[in-house]
Amino acid sequence: MELRNITKSFGDKKVLDKVNLNVKEGSAIVILGPSGCGKSTLLRCINGLEKTDDGELVFNNIKYGDEKTNWRNIRGQIGMVFQSYELYPHMNVLDNLLLSPTKVQKRDKNEVKEMAISLLKRVGLDDRLKSYPHQLSGGQKQRIAIVRALCMNPKLMLFDEVTASIDPEMVYEVLQVIRDLKNEGMTMIIVTHEMGFAKSASDHVIFMDSGNIVEQSSPNDFFSNPKEERTKQFLNKFLHL
Amino acid sequence: MQDNMNWLEFLISERVLLLDGIYQTIYVSLIALFYSLIGGLLVGFIRCIPNKISAFISRIYLESFRIIPLIVWLFAAFFLIPRFMGRGFSSEASAIWVFTLWGSAEIGELVKGAIQSLPTIQRESALALGLSKTQLYMYILIPQAVRRLIPTVINMATRIIKTTSMLDFVGVIEIVARSRQIIERTVEPFIIWSFVFFFFFFLCYPLTLWSRHLEKKFR
Repeated sequence: MELRNITKSFGDKKVLDKVNLNVKEGSAIVILGPSGCGKSTLLRCINGLEKTDDGELVFNNIKYGDEKTNWRNIRGQIGMVFQSYELYPHMNVLDNLLLSPTKVQKRDKNEVKEMAISLLKRVGLDDRLKSYPHQLSGGQKQRIAIVRALCMNPKLMLFDEVTASIDPEMVYEVLQVIRDLKNEGMTMIIVTHEMGFAKSASDHVIFMDSGNIVEQSSPNDFFSNPKEERTKQFLNKFLHL
Repeated sequence: MQDNMNWLEFLISERVLLLDGIYQTIYVSLIALFYSLIGGLLVGFIRCIPNKISAFISRIYLESFRIIPLIVWLFAAFFLIPRFMGRGFSSEASAIWVFTLWGSAEIGELVKGAIQSLPTIQRESALALGLSKTQLYMYILIPQAVRRLIPTVINMATRIIKTTSMLDFVGVIEIVARSRQIIERTVEPFIIWSFVFFFFFFLCYPLTLWSRHLEKKFR
C-alpha cells in the first residue's frame, strides 16, 4: 500500500498536506498524533469514506481513488475497524459476520460460517454466535468487529482507535487479537493512543501533526530517541501522566 | 338485574345498525392506514433525498396538513372538489382520500425520522464492508428503521381510528353517525354513547399497549 502526496481539506482547513506513506506487505504501522492531526482522515481516505483532493493511492501496484474506482472491490480487500465497533444491532453475531462475505463477495454460506466460527474461537467468542450486540461488552463487540472485517479475507487492515471507547480492563484482549494478526503476517495500519502497544507491536511508528508526517522511525528509535521537537513534546506529555 | 337485561337487549335489538357503523369505522380506518403506509414510505424516502425542490414541495405538503384542521380538508374534499372538477367523490371516497393524504404526511415524517436517527457511522461501517447503497438500505437501514417505526405507526393507527368520528360531518355513516340515528329514534343516549365510548376504548387501548410493548422490546 502506498500513499503519494495525499491532500485533503475540509473547507478552508487542510487536514492532510501531501502525505506520503509506504506500507510494506506484512508490516504493522502505527500512527500516533494529537487529536485532529489527520490520522483518522488518512485511514478514511484509504478506503474511500473520504475522497482525496489530490495525490495518488496505490494498492497491490494498482492506482485507485479516481472517479472510476470500484470502491466495493477495494473495500473487500481493505478491512476497517472503527472506534465505536458498529455491529449491526438488529442481527446476531453470526449474521453480522456472514452479511458482507455472502452478499458482497457471493461466497458460499457454509464456507464463510466455518471460517467465522474458527475466527471466533481464536478470539475466544465462539460461544457468542447467537448473541445480539446489546448482550456483549465493548471489548467483545470490538473483537467481533475485527472478526467481521477478517471474514472478508482482507489483504490490509485499518484500525481506527479501536480501543478508545473500551473499558480499560478490556483493552488488552482486543490488542492481543491485533498482536496475533501481526504475528500471522497481516498488513496493518493502526491509529491508536496506546503507547505501550505501539512500542511493542509495530514495525514502524509514524507521528503526525497538523496534517503532516512529522517523524517516522522504528519503534525503538521513536520512543527512546525522538529527533523532532514536536515529537518530544508529544511523548513527554505521555511520560508525565 | 332487570335494568342490565334491558340495556343488553336494547343493544342487541339495534345490532344491525351498530354493527354497520362499526364496520364502516374499521373499514375506512384500515383502508386509509394501508394507503398511508405505502404513501408514507414514499414520502419518507422523498424527504430523505437531499434535493431542494423535492424538500420544498414535501415541506409544503406536510405543513398544510399540520396547519389546516382535518375537518376543513374533509369539507374541502367533499364540497369544493365537485364544484371545480365538475364531479364529486362519494363521502367515503373523499374521506379515504383525505385520511390517506394526512396519514402519508404524518407517517412520511416518521419514516424520515427513523432513517435519519440511525448513526452515520453505521452507514460508514456497512460501506467499509463493501455493501452497495441498495444493500445498505435493504439489509441495514430499512430493517432498523422499521423496528423504530412500528410502535409509532401503531400510534398513528389509533389516531386514524379516533379521527373517523369526524366523518359524520361529511356523511360517512360510521359508528358515531349510526349512534346519532339510533338515539334520535329511541331517545336512549346514555346506553348508546356508553357503548361508543367502550367501543373506541377496547379498539384503541390494546393497540396502545402493544405499541408500548414493542417500543420497550426494540429499545
